[in-house]
Amino acid sequence: MAQVELRQVRKSYGGDEIIRGVDLMLRDRELTVFVGPSGCGKSTLLRLIAGLEEITSGDVLIDGERVNEVPPSKRGLALVFQSYALYPHMTVAENMSFSLKLAGVGKAERERKVMEAARILHLEALLTRRPKDLSGGQRQRVAIGRAIVRHPKVFLFDEPLSNLDAALRVRMRLELTRLHRELEATMIYVTHDQVEAMTMADRIVVLQGGQVEQVGSPMELYNHPANQFVAGFIGSPRMNFLEAKAKENGEGETELVIGGSTATAPARLGVDLTGTGDAVTLGIRPEHVQVVSSGGLPTRVQGVEHLGSESYLHLATIAGEPLTVRVNGQTEVRPEQTVEVAFDPRFVHIFDRNGASLRRADDPSSSPAKPVGIGPGVSVV
Amino acid sequence: MSTTQTSAGRRSRASGLPGAGNAGFYANLPSIGVLLLWSVVPLGMTLWFCFRRYNLMAPERNGFDGLGNFRYLLSDPGLGMAVWNTVLLLGAVLVITVGLGTLLAVLFDQEFFGRGLARVLLLAPFFVMPTVSALLWKDMMLQPDNGVLAFLWRSFGFRPVDWFGRLPLLSIIVIVSWQWLPFAVLTLLTAVQSLDAERIEAARMDGAGPIALFRYILWPHLGRAVSATVMIETIFLLGVFAEIYVTTAGGPGFASTNLSFLIYRYVLMEYDIGGAAVASLLAIFLANLLALFLMRSFARNLDT
Ligand SMILES: Nc1ncnc2c1ncn2[C@@H]1O[C@H](COP(=O)(O)OP(=O)(O)OP(=O)(O)O)[C@@H](O)[C@H]1O
Ligand SMILES: [Mg+2]
Repeated sequence: MAQVELRQVRKSYGGDEIIRGVDLMLRDRELTVFVGPSGCGKSTLLRLIAGLEEITSGDVLIDGERVNEVPPSKRGLALVFQSYALYPHMTVAENMSFSLKLAGVGKAERERKVMEAARILHLEALLTRRPKDLSGGQRQRVAIGRAIVRHPKVFLFDEPLSNLDAALRVRMRLELTRLHRELEATMIYVTHDQVEAMTMADRIVVLQGGQVEQVGSPMELYNHPANQFVAGFIGSPRMNFLEAKAKENGEGETELVIGGSTATAPARLGVDLTGTGDAVTLGIRPEHVQVVSSGGLPTRVQGVEHLGSESYLHLATIAGEPLTVRVNGQTEVRPEQTVEVAFDPRFVHIFDRNGASLRRADDPSSSPAKPVGIGPGVSVV
Repeated sequence: MSTTQTSAGRRSRASGLPGAGNAGFYANLPSIGVLLLWSVVPLGMTLWFCFRRYNLMAPERNGFDGLGNFRYLLSDPGLGMAVWNTVLLLGAVLVITVGLGTLLAVLFDQEFFGRGLARVLLLAPFFVMPTVSALLWKDMMLQPDNGVLAFLWRSFGFRPVDWFGRLPLLSIIVIVSWQWLPFAVLTLLTAVQSLDAERIEAARMDGAGPIALFRYILWPHLGRAVSATVMIETIFLLGVFAEIYVTTAGGPGFASTNLSFLIYRYVLMEYDIGGAAVASLLAIFLANLLALFLMRSFARNLDT
């Protein structure tokens, strides 16, 4: 059992409030990822949980017990730092057993625990080396090993992979999720990389400006972003946003007029537009836009990126709004060409002027069965 | 002395044997020449005088003396004292400056009101010339009638101490430590400040309190800076002279005479060039011995 609960946690430095009232419940054995742009307060929140920073107001509870005044070493947590923060003058084994040594654990017991951690992390051959004689990935593993030997209730990771190269990052990502399964541990993982969040998390907490924007499983956030910020942050390449005017067309259908273009999109979007005014933002992910031969929204090709397995078209609408579209890797489309695109209405998100999603309660799969694309006569499945 | 010689040796070796087309060697010749003039010639002359009877009071009685100078020096009761004083002075000042310096460095790493000013004041002694600081201590601090310490002693009801008469070597240790403390603080403070904050936090998470933090994290981190401080201070402390000259003149007896002051005594108080040369040889020997010891125990720290 290891549960972390935050109640109205706030943190100010001087006059600046960095964490602005966070309520969170982090469940036992889950890998929770804090994700958000740089400077949003992810590390600060993690350090508040760890006890390295004092909370300005609010409570942190571990397993139901308030730990605001408990020093970091007594909270039963282990933190893996972005810089690894290994002790350079100690060997790998000494690094890993330092906490045990301070706790007065006997030598034999220390060695046993270090060996156990080393086996899990494949560090057996490196135990007598010093950190400077290790590669980045190995150092990373030692830092994790240092956490493992303590058998903490909760593992905290602060961007542990950001100093590694891309290939190693992918491997360590898998290794960390394996570790999470094997140790059946509760983990909190901080990253600014939404790919890491999507691939590793049981639950994602999206933060911005010291506040929680949304909490949910990766697919929940992908399918039902609560607002425009989350929609833009989760998913890569990011969601396209287009200014639009929404109108009821009198038959219970919503008609979208997309900025600068005369094309309209009559579609049952299931959006209640009462009181929102007519100016909305339409959100559509690159993978949900199709290039059509006619009847779609006319756009101009600004650039084409070939990734081999797929290609991305960077388009501009008549109003000059950018639009990214994922297409087949072998596409023949070239820059400066004009192409027409249509949106699959099942995946259209509508945000009001304040960025809140208007389709929150709605599941895309339960959307009207008769999808109609942009423009009359174009239907897209 | 020892350092200049080794660097000269290394240079000539690096440029290889002198030969046709060996431009490096010829380019190095001027500096090698200067080094020879600086170190080898004086050394040679010292060696030469070691075996000569040469006293300025009786210049006509010169000539080879075999091991006479050595015999004379070794039978001098001042010699043992001087060697011992040299080592004691060096050791005590090193312990005081590095120990106190580490404490002050940790203190000055914290934020406190007036830190900037305190730092300037702390560094000030280093910029005072040795003769001046010795005079300050002699006439202001340690003076047995009107000195600051005498005043303090009296105000607590004790009899003032005649520092230079009773505890001459200790007084000199205090003066020299006062001069060298800023240097130690400066080098150690930079080292303390270069300690990664996350490493301290990691240790805190691992359960380290202030003492464990110092013992296992900070002190090992300071190793390099301490080595550098010890080596540089050693070079200068072996030759402490002005402080002794100004305050105790090596006395009473030989109580505060170190090797460099002993050499001075031979030359300018007894005009015995031969004896002074042998004492110098001994000083060189002692310096090299210490250098060897330091290299063995500390220099290893420098390349990790
Ligand atoms: N000790 C401090 N004093 C004042 N401001 C601080 C302090 N620590 C952090 N901040 C501020 O708090 C904000 C959040 O910092 P934090 O390190 O939590 O961001 P982050 O989300 O981890 O960003 P990154 O992804 O870049 O690591 C930043 O604006 C930062 O300037
Ligand atoms: Mg951070």
